[in-house]
Amino acid sequence: MSVRRLDPNQPESFAFTAENIEWAKGQIAKYPEGKQASAIIPLLWRAQEQHDGWLPEPAIRYVAEMLDMEYIRALEVATFYTMFNLSPVGEHYVQLCGTTPCWLRGADELKEVCRKHIGPEGTVSADGKFSWLEVECLGACVNAPMVQINADFFEDLDAASFERVLNDLRAGKDVKPGPQNERHASEPAGGLTSLTTVGQSETGGGN
Amino acid sequence: MPKLTVDGIEVEVENGATLLQACEEAGAEIPRFCYHERLSIAGNCRMCLVEVEKSPKPVASCAMPAGDGMVVHTKTEQVKRAREGVMEFLLINHPLDCPICDQGGECDLQDQSMAYGVDGSRFHENKRAVEEKYMGPLVKTVMTRCIHCTRCIRFSQEVAGVPELGAIGRGEDMEITTYLEHALTSELSANVVDLCPVGALTFRPFAYTARPWELKKTESIDVMDAVGSNIRVDARGSEVMRILPRLNEEVNEEWISDKTRFVWDGLKTQRLDTPYIRENGRLRAATWDEAFAAIAARLKDVDGKRIAAIAGDLACAESMKALKDLYASLGSPSIDCRQDGAKLDAGNRGSYIFNSTIAGIEDADAILLVGTNPRIEAPIVNARILKRARAGGLKVGVVGPRVDLTYDYDYLGAGPQSLKDLGAFADVLKNAERPMIVVGQGAVTRGDGAAVLAAALSLAKSSGAISGEWNGFNVLHTAASRVGGLDLGLVPGEGGRDVAGILDGASSGEIDFVHLLGADEIDMSRLGSAFVVYQGTHGDAGAHRADVILPGAAYTEKNATWVNTEGRVQLGRRAVFPPGQAREDWAILRALSGVLGKTLPYNDLAGVRAAMEEDAPHFAMTDVAAPVEAMPSLSEGNLDAAPFESAVKDFYMTNPVARASAVMAECAAGRAAAARIQAAE
Repeated sequence: MSVRRLDPNQPESFAFTAENIEWAKGQIAKYPEGKQASAIIPLLWRAQEQHDGWLPEPAIRYVAEMLDMEYIRALEVATFYTMFNLSPVGEHYVQLCGTTPCWLRGADELKEVCRKHIGPEGTVSADGKFSWLEVECLGACVNAPMVQINADFFEDLDAASFERVLNDLRAGKDVKPGPQNERHASEPAGGLTSLTTVGQSETGGGN
Repeated sequence: MPKLTVDGIEVEVENGATLLQACEEAGAEIPRFCYHERLSIAGNCRMCLVEVEKSPKPVASCAMPAGDGMVVHTKTEQVKRAREGVMEFLLINHPLDCPICDQGGECDLQDQSMAYGVDGSRFHENKRAVEEKYMGPLVKTVMTRCIHCTRCIRFSQEVAGVPELGAIGRGEDMEITTYLEHALTSELSANVVDLCPVGALTFRPFAYTARPWELKKTESIDVMDAVGSNIRVDARGSEVMRILPRLNEEVNEEWISDKTRFVWDGLKTQRLDTPYIRENGRLRAATWDEAFAAIAARLKDVDGKRIAAIAGDLACAESMKALKDLYASLGSPSIDCRQDGAKLDAGNRGSYIFNSTIAGIEDADAILLVGTNPRIEAPIVNARILKRARAGGLKVGVVGPRVDLTYDYDYLGAGPQSLKDLGAFADVLKNAERPMIVVGQGAVTRGDGAAVLAAALSLAKSSGAISGEWNGFNVLHTAASRVGGLDLGLVPGEGGRDVAGILDGASSGEIDFVHLLGADEIDMSRLGSAFVVYQGTHGDAGAHRADVILPGAAYTEKNATWVNTEGRVQLGRRAVFPPGQAREDWAILRALSGVLGKTLPYNDLAGVRAAMEEDAPHFAMTDVAAPVEAMPSLSEGNLDAAPFESAVKDFYMTNPVARASAVMAECAAGRAAAARIQAAE
C-alpha cells in the first residue's frame, strides 16, 4: 500500500450514460429511503468501468451528488478501496498476485516479465495497451501463480506462458483464460490421482 | 441501572453508559485520545483499555457498555502493559517534534506518554511523513503528527453540521483532509483544534507566538454575539495572545465560534489609545482634561431635548448605566441602546429575551425560526439546534431567509404574511409538547418590527408555546449589549427620540449633541452638524465622525457585566489593561459627569453595580437565566409584505473589533470569494 492520490490529469466532466443511469437507479432503489449512500460502491465501480477502468475526480463528485452525499465521503470510499483506480490504466490491466502462495510458486518471475514487457509498476505502457499492479491474494491459490487481466484470471503461469499471453493480447489475438499449463480447472496437474473410477461403476467405493 | 465494581469500588451508572464513564464515576482516570463526551464513539485509538474479569483480552472501555456485575480493573500490570503497547504503536509514526510543536505543553499525547510512554523506540524503519493540508486561514495542519483519532471528522459532521472533513486512504496512509483541500466553511471550524489531542491541527494565527505555560489565563465573557459564550482569555504582558472556550453547559458547552476565537488581533490594531479633539476639521491628540473641557464647553446651556446618546453593540451594562444616568441628569430623554432600530419594548422583559434558554432547545420538539439565520447570528445556538435535531423527533420551520442551516427544515415563506399562514406547520406547533418560536433581529428591526413581534407572540400563545414551566417565545439577539441595555431601560424617555429620531433630529439640526458609546453601526452621514462624542475602542465609523474621542476599554480590558440573549447576567473579567490613556467606560462617564457638574452617585465598580441592581434586581444574580414571571400582551399592527433578511450580513465583520482584525478580514475575503465562485457556477 502506498498513499493513493487523485491523478493530476483529470477530465473536465463525467456523466453516466443513459443506460448506466437506469442501472444506477435500480441499485439505489435497493436501499431504504435516506440510505441511498449505501449504493456508493456499485456506482463508483460502474463509473470506473464506464471510464476506461479508472475513476476520475469528476466521477467521484458525480456519484456523490447522485447519492446526496458530501464529496469528501465519496472520496473517502474511493481512496480506501484499492480496486478503484485513481489514475489511468492500460487497455489490458494486469493485477498480479504477490501473496505468499503465488510468491512461493514464482510470482517474482512474473513481475520481471511485467517490468520487461510493460514497464514499471503502476505506469501505462507507451502503446497504452498495458499497465500492471501487484495486488493481494485474488483467491486462486490452488492455481498459483496467477494474474487477473481485466475481468479474467490467467493461472498456473510461468514466465514463458505469461509472456505468450501478453504478446497475444498485444497482437490483438484471442487468449484463453484459466490455467495456462493444459491443466483443467484446479484438478491435479498430472491427471486425476483419486476418484478415477467415478462414473465407471455405480457401486464402487464407499460414500 | 447497571451496578459494577471498578478497582474495588462499587458504582451504579445510567443505562447505556460506557465502561469509561463508569470508571470515571469511580474516580479512575482513563487515558483516551479518540473518545470525547460530546462526539459519537469511534473506539479507534485503543488507549482506554481496561481489564474486565472473565474477558480474555483487555477491553476498550469507551466503546463497551457498562454491564451489571462487571468487575473492572484499571490499575493492573496487564492494563499498564496494554496501554504502553498502544502508546508505542501511536508513537511509531509520531514525529516527536514537541520542541517546535504549538501543542507542546497542552498535548494529550505528550501528557499521556509521561504515564505510558517508554524511553526508547524499537522501531527502526523510516517514520511516515504526511503532506500538510490546507484548511483555510484559521486551522494550521502538521499532518505528520496526526494519530487518526477522527475527533475532527466527527465534530464537523455532528456538531458543526458541515461534514467537510474526512479521512482518505487507509491504514498507515490514512490522511485527514477536506475535499481537494478547500478551506473549512463552518463558523465553528476552529473547535477542531481544541479537540485535536496532538499538534496536527493548531491555530494558524497563534502559530509560534507563545507557549501555554507563559500565558496568564483569565476567565471572561465573549461579546461577539449575544450568546455570551464563556471564554478564557490567554494574555502575555499587555497582549491578548489567544481566546479559548470555557465550559458552560448552559450556554456554549465547550464550543465557541471562529469570530469569538480569532478576533483577538483586532484588539491590537486601530485602537484609540488617547483622547482626541477635532480642531479645524482635524483630530488631534489631547489630554483627558482637554477632551472633557471641550465637551463641557459644547454642552453649556444646551437644552436637554437637543442632547442624545446611543449605546453600541459591545457596551457593558456598567457603562450603559452610567450613560443613562449622566444624560438623564442633563435632562435628555433621547437615549437608545438599539442602534439597529429594533422595535423591542424595554418594559416587557419576556418579549425581548430568549425565554426557553439555550439549553432549553434540547427540550423542544418543534422550532419555528422567524427572520433569523442562527448559523451566522449565533453559531452556538445553531449548534444546539443541530444537536437537538440529531437526537431525532424535532421539526424545524423557517420563515425568513432560505439558507443552509446545517439541519433540515420546512421552508414556510419569506415574509411576515407566512407567519399568519403557516400551513401544515401550524399543526406541528400546536401538537408539539414544547414548541419554540425564535424571532431574529432581522424580523424586529423593520418598520413593522413591533407588529411582527406581536404576531409571533400571539402565535406562541395560540399554539401553546407558553404554558406553565415552558416558555417557548424567544428573541435571538445579535448584539452583546442589547438585553442589558433594555434591562437598564436605555430607551427614549417621554418626548425622547429613538435612534432613527436622533439621526433625523441631527440631520435637521434639532439635535446638537450626540454621545456614541461604541455605536458604529449607524449612518454617520446623518449626524449632520451635531457635536459628536465617540467613546469607544476602535477607529471605526464613529471615531471618524467624532468631534471628541474618549478612548474606552475593550471587553478583555475591563471587569464588566453583559446580559446575553437569554437574560443571563455574566461577568467579564479584565485580562489586560487598556492601551495608553484608555480607561474603563463607566469610569470615563463618571469623570465626565464631574466636569459637567452632574457628578454620578457612584465611585467604584461596586457602586455602579449596586445602582444597576436597584434598576433591575436580576443583575444581582449572575450566571442564571431567570424565567420571567408573566408574558405581556403586545398590540398587533399591520404587517409589511417585504421578505425578512438576516440582521447579520457578514458573519466576520459585525463589530469594530472584528473589522479591525486581519484574520477576520481574511476569513471574510475567503467567504466572499467562495460565494462568487458558487454564483458563477
